[in-house]
Amino acid sequence: MNYALFAEQFLNGIQLGMVLFLLAAGLTLIFGIMDLVNLAHGSLYMLGAYYAATFTEMTGSFVLGLVIAVPVMILSGIVLEIVAIRTLYRRDHLDHVLATFGLILFFRELVRIFWGSAGRSIPLPDYLSGAVALPLGIDYPVYRLLIIVLGLAVALGLYLLVQRTRIGMLIRAGASNREMAGALGVNIPLLYTLIFGIGAGLAGFSGMIIAPLTAANIGMGDTVLIQALVVIVIGGIGSIRGAFVSSLLIGLIDTLGRSFLDDLMALFLPVNAAEAAGPALSSMLIYILMAAILFFRPQGLFPPKGAKA
Amino acid sequence: MNKAIWLGAVAALGMAAFPAQNQAMGAEIKIGFVTTLTGGGAVIGNDMRNAVELALEHINKKMGNLDVNVIYADDEVNPQKGKQATEKLVERDNVDIVAGYIWSNVLLASKDVVLDANKILISANAGPSDIAGKQCHKNFFNISWQNDQTPMALGELLNQKNVKSLYLIAPNYAAGQDMVAGVERTFKGKIVGKDMTAWPQQLDWSAELTKVKAANPDGVFTFYPGGAGPAFLTQYDQAGLTGKTPLYSVYTLDALSLPLLQKANNKGALGTFLTQMWAADMDNEPNKKFVADFKKKYGTYPSYYGAQSYDAIMMIKAAVEAVKGNLKDIDGMRKKMEAADFGSVRGPFKMGPNHFPIQNFYANEVVVDKDGTWMNANRQVVLKDHQDSYAKDCKM
Repeated sequence: MNYALFAEQFLNGIQLGMVLFLLAAGLTLIFGIMDLVNLAHGSLYMLGAYYAATFTEMTGSFVLGLVIAVPVMILSGIVLEIVAIRTLYRRDHLDHVLATFGLILFFRELVRIFWGSAGRSIPLPDYLSGAVALPLGIDYPVYRLLIIVLGLAVALGLYLLVQRTRIGMLIRAGASNREMAGALGVNIPLLYTLIFGIGAGLAGFSGMIIAPLTAANIGMGDTVLIQALVVIVIGGIGSIRGAFVSSLLIGLIDTLGRSFLDDLMALFLPVNAAEAAGPALSSMLIYILMAAILFFRPQGLFPPKGAKA
Repeated sequence: MNKAIWLGAVAALGMAAFPAQNQAMGAEIKIGFVTTLTGGGAVIGNDMRNAVELALEHINKKMGNLDVNVIYADDEVNPQKGKQATEKLVERDNVDIVAGYIWSNVLLASKDVVLDANKILISANAGPSDIAGKQCHKNFFNISWQNDQTPMALGELLNQKNVKSLYLIAPNYAAGQDMVAGVERTFKGKIVGKDMTAWPQQLDWSAELTKVKAANPDGVFTFYPGGAGPAFLTQYDQAGLTGKTPLYSVYTLDALSLPLLQKANNKGALGTFLTQMWAADMDNEPNKKFVADFKKKYGTYPSYYGAQSYDAIMMIKAAVEAVKGNLKDIDGMRKKMEAADFGSVRGPFKMGPNHFPIQNFYANEVVVDKDGTWMNANRQVVLKDHQDSYAKDCKM
């Protein structure tokens, strides 16, 4: 194995981790603070991808498309919260699951009606579609590098928002002890609407930046939602820091597993068996990690301070 | 109130309950057509339906003296649903012939419903090895290909192009494994890497493409049907592999995915080769008429799914006319179908003893046509009069 190959796969892992982080950050906020199981989070991811496709087409520029799509996405989240999600808070988790699963079906059909079933690809401008030379002789796709930078920027922004602003203080208070925050006069309904809007914006943004790679398509939210759930379980529900660390962990494990596991297993297994077992085992790795975390540290790696495990 | 209303209601119910009998009064042939009309696979099903509608237009909705009535049914890419849809067609609608079927697993689940009712079944796409071999049936016809043949042709094309080392990337499910096995069966060079990816969830190939770059093969083979194809091409291009490592594919760059790629201006698709038994620019009269009218009516090139569906209707028409509209004469219709002389859009071909075509497979190249549309252009013959490997197991 040479260092350049390893370094490049490492970057791939970080890039996947960044996409997962954007998705999981919203999910963990909504679950941790609002105590809402939102299975439709993947649908918001899908919706973001389609928004990006449409606004990119209308404006002729991917960057401009994103600039319009993000606020529209936040607004969509706020509307969704007011229309549908708000009625769920007083009900138990099973009702959340049923209702948000219904929303998945609703959004799937909505997208089919508006955008058709063929999927939409998003053309990248020339300066984003090539590869850039990095040290060690690596030619890395510019766009994947940009995803890493954007992910880090959003992570930093979220950190500042949560740690340094008044809203962030309320969010932290909500995450630690909802009842007490409410009793101290925090406007909980408004806070919830705001958090859901931010969560929707993050999910949508993550869909937007992945869409030029995978194209917007109807089933895209379903599998990534499961990975995001694994991320927040490992990271600790309600913790953005936990989501960040465990996203990177999952991204790296998944990518490096896909890259090297079959070669590694070929060292002590026949080639045919390694060929078959490698992909199977590498897709299981993240779930094995989750099971281990649940066993040894059920509250996750970084549970929010004061939260009940 | 009330007797009159009651009677009226009963009459209305009666009308609703027995429409089939009322329709059966006129001389008509009913064809059930099973395909995918909802969900992601609907793109394919739409293309097939469009081609069938065009075929009906071309024959004036007449086969001999019979009016043609095509009833479409949705399989939802689900074997259970496909079987239910087939049962409805056979038992409730009482169709005379069933055709369609994109997916091998749906066809396998549904075929006995049709065959046990002693009706003719025509697959317009799926070609699983089971039905080509041991489970072959006198009333089953395939009008497309056996699943292995197209990738076998691709392996042979790679030999002809002097590709010495190959990297394979395909989804890890039945068809993906078949495609890879088909290429491996005929390709004579060295396989330097093989990645079978999670399907259908994995749409990001960063790790696999990095491995391709490190292996630096003479060529890459891939198979990603539907929406995954354009995504793979996009990432292949971004990884800097376009122009450096030639890409070869089957069932990935077709008339359904190329418009998406063109819209995204992904030039990585252009100039790549694939294999197929048909191309839109093939120079024969039925094909020229089919493609020109399809483009006029729907504004796009037909896909091979559409071409095969068009052929299915034309084959049924020839059979019905051969028995002069006597649909009870199944033996007579079968004999005409075995002759395969209805004028296929792929040019002349023979029907093998297992009722799968013996036909040419061609290299097609992705090019820009004179109107600026991206399409598959027909190049050389790769496998001539090729028969599938399972025909010898078929005892009818």
